[in-house]
Amino acid sequence: MGRYVIRRLLQMVPVILGTTFLIYVLVWSLPGDPFAAKCGDRPCPPAYIERMTNEYNLDDPLFIQYFKYMANLVTGDFGQTFSGVDIADELISRYPTTAQLALIAIGVEILIGITAGVLAALRRGGFVDNLVLVSTLIVVSIPVFVIGLLAQITFGVQLGWFPVTSDGTFYSLLMPGFVLGSLSLAFVARLMRTNLVENLRADYVRTATAKGLPRKRVIGVHALRNSLIPVITFIGADFGALLGGAIVTEGIFNVPGVGNMIFRGINQHEGATVTAAVTVLVLVFLLVNLLVDLLYAVLDPRIRYD
Amino acid sequence: MRVSARKTALVGAAALALALSACGGDDDGDDEGSASGDGGGSVTVRGCNPENPLIPVNTNETCGGDVLDQLFSKLVRYDTETAEPMNEIAESIESEDNVTWTITLNDGWTFHDGTPITAQSFVDAWNYGAYGPNGNLNSYFFEPIVGYAEVAGTTDDAGAYVEGSATAETMSGLAVVDDLTFTATLVSPQSSFPLRLGYTAYSPMPEAFFEDPEAYGEAPIGSGPFQFESWEPNVEINLTAYPDYQGETQPSIDEVTFRIYENFDAAYNDLQADQLDIMPELPTSALAGDAYQNDLGERWLDRAVGVFQSVTFAPQTVDPSLSNATLRQAISMAIDRETIIEQIFSGTREAASGWVSPVVSGFEAGACGEFCNFDPDQARQLLDEAGGFSGPLTLSYNADADHQAWTEAVCNSISQELGIECVAQGVVDFATFRSQINAREMTGMFRTGWQMDYPSAENFLVPLYATGASSNDGDYSNPEFDAAVAEAATLQGEEAEAKYNEAEAMLAEDMASIPLWHYRIVAGWSTNVENVQITPFGTIDLLSVTTTS
Repeated sequence: MGRYVIRRLLQMVPVILGTTFLIYVLVWSLPGDPFAAKCGDRPCPPAYIERMTNEYNLDDPLFIQYFKYMANLVTGDFGQTFSGVDIADELISRYPTTAQLALIAIGVEILIGITAGVLAALRRGGFVDNLVLVSTLIVVSIPVFVIGLLAQITFGVQLGWFPVTSDGTFYSLLMPGFVLGSLSLAFVARLMRTNLVENLRADYVRTATAKGLPRKRVIGVHALRNSLIPVITFIGADFGALLGGAIVTEGIFNVPGVGNMIFRGINQHEGATVTAAVTVLVLVFLLVNLLVDLLYAVLDPRIRYD
Repeated sequence: MRVSARKTALVGAAALALALSACGGDDDGDDEGSASGDGGGSVTVRGCNPENPLIPVNTNETCGGDVLDQLFSKLVRYDTETAEPMNEIAESIESEDNVTWTITLNDGWTFHDGTPITAQSFVDAWNYGAYGPNGNLNSYFFEPIVGYAEVAGTTDDAGAYVEGSATAETMSGLAVVDDLTFTATLVSPQSSFPLRLGYTAYSPMPEAFFEDPEAYGEAPIGSGPFQFESWEPNVEINLTAYPDYQGETQPSIDEVTFRIYENFDAAYNDLQADQLDIMPELPTSALAGDAYQNDLGERWLDRAVGVFQSVTFAPQTVDPSLSNATLRQAISMAIDRETIIEQIFSGTREAASGWVSPVVSGFEAGACGEFCNFDPDQARQLLDEAGGFSGPLTLSYNADADHQAWTEAVCNSISQELGIECVAQGVVDFATFRSQINAREMTGMFRTGWQMDYPSAENFLVPLYATGASSNDGDYSNPEFDAAVAEAATLQGEEAEAKYNEAEAMLAEDMASIPLWHYRIVAGWSTNVENVQITPFGTIDLLSVTTTS
């Protein structure tokens, strides 16, 4: 187990180097001079362009630029945005918000998604099953920005139950969290239902029932635990994606999170900002996936890591 | 059917959310909701993320500019209605020859840290701004002052800055006479010089700034009606009224918060829910079909601002096919400005009849003459005179902003009336778009916008159409025009205005560019505030705003 974890951690190093290099190259090689757009319809003063070019080492060949950047990164210097804010500070202020948002979304997925899936599977073909199928179908087929805007106008503007936009506090993140989690919630419910239905027909469930275990225990311990493996895989991957992919939701609700930061970074050609934010994202994504892999062993005794 | 199913699902979700929130976060939620209206005259304003540190001489965009505008008083302040400059920190700005200007300050003004505002505060700030190695975005505003070239340094043939080329740290044209007086000597006569001095770049700076510019950029010490309190990155910037403000009008509100929005549609929804007080500019989605008039009732106003949209022709050296003036006039007359404004902009533009914005003093309509009128018959006749046009005509725009609809409409209008194939061509983003224009690689026609720096006809003419000027993207050159604006710069008052009008009319002969329209913006506010006024720059006049509670 320990060796497995160490091996996985070591594997992360080349992955991180590779992804950061790709992102760095891609952002800085976007067409157009990042400083050409800074002065509206007139060319910027040459002295300004010179100062910024020096600051971001843009005169060096790409590899050297990248290594200078990484050298700073390793020593904890993430560089500065064009507006002179330390990127590290910006990440520190934004990550907790995005993480909170993702956790709320995941919480919604787990709580509502799994419950709905289990209820649907237990009464297959019944009213609850049909309700879950139809409602998840509707959620899956509506784009998230429609759900987001509808929720914002209904519960924020008209009913006034929630703040229309978020300032990063927990309460103001609830509605965006629900919207963000709604799509995956539908997937989780359907995944949960299918797996549970299948496992309820498995031999070991029949054996457990035959030897006289109470129905609660058969479902709760035997069938449910095994059915959770694909769901956990999905949720793990989803959590990683939510930490970086909430650009649309963060935009609608003006959440001061990482998605907005990356979006702005790409728009303004801020290579350093985008790379720093994405590096952290990749790291989180890898760690979450490691955690998911370790969880398999907990859920399924047949899986062992050594 | 579909919608109602969604709604039930959402109501269920919301009910659960309410149950969850009962555990903890309820309190701060309520605080946020009501923070705007009450609390002794505090208002929230839609802000956005400053792109640069909050230093006047290094801020040229509106996100930072909106905040700096409230933090800094300059030598002059522009009237909210008429855009006329009125002395603010300056007691007088005088010159006999439009070359040497003597500027006297009012006594008693202080920076927000309590230090007095002296002649030295201005001279030091301007020298810092012009000094090449500081690499400031607004450095060219000091170009007219004697000694600028030595301070700014030189560029090589490719236009790149030559390091170490600045030979002086201070401009020889600036001299401090005494604590409250200094003189500025210009390279050539500039009658519009006092008009310019209300621009952010000319702000005075306190000593604290020169000690540590970087720290200052995060917590600026200004000279204006509001002082800086705090800046929570990406969330809000908070200002309070400065009790020792010496201006004529004291602000009635005592606190203003710029709430930072990445997305103005979100801000508009906040405005409707009274969770945001003032939006200086409503988003396009709210303007469509005049939706805002329904949503906001009487709580909006629209106003002309100094922003001008035109179509520029690629320089003759790049694309000779469009250099014929008659052809250009034909194209201009084939554009149905009124219909496009009505259908695409919901009336928030004003068809241009010239190149100078109606907000500046001395504006006279009709400089473009008949050539800016929609007249298909005469357009076709002019096209014949010009010998026709072969090959497709392109109109390029930057595709990262709302320009696709109108450029296509303009092209359609041209195609339809003249029978020329016209294609609206999107360039991926503004950076690429400007790079191509600056490098003189763009052919055909392209859109050009101009936002005034200071309310003067000169600002709409000289930087754009004088030979070799910084924003002369079409490399337009007309010696008569150059001579006329040079002469206008030596005159003052109405004489100067008349001369600028004369120069403007010359642009119609060669159709230096096709004037399209001037902008109007629509501002909206919540039920918590009253007396909202918008300046010709599209910013809010916070001195006039009052709260209702």
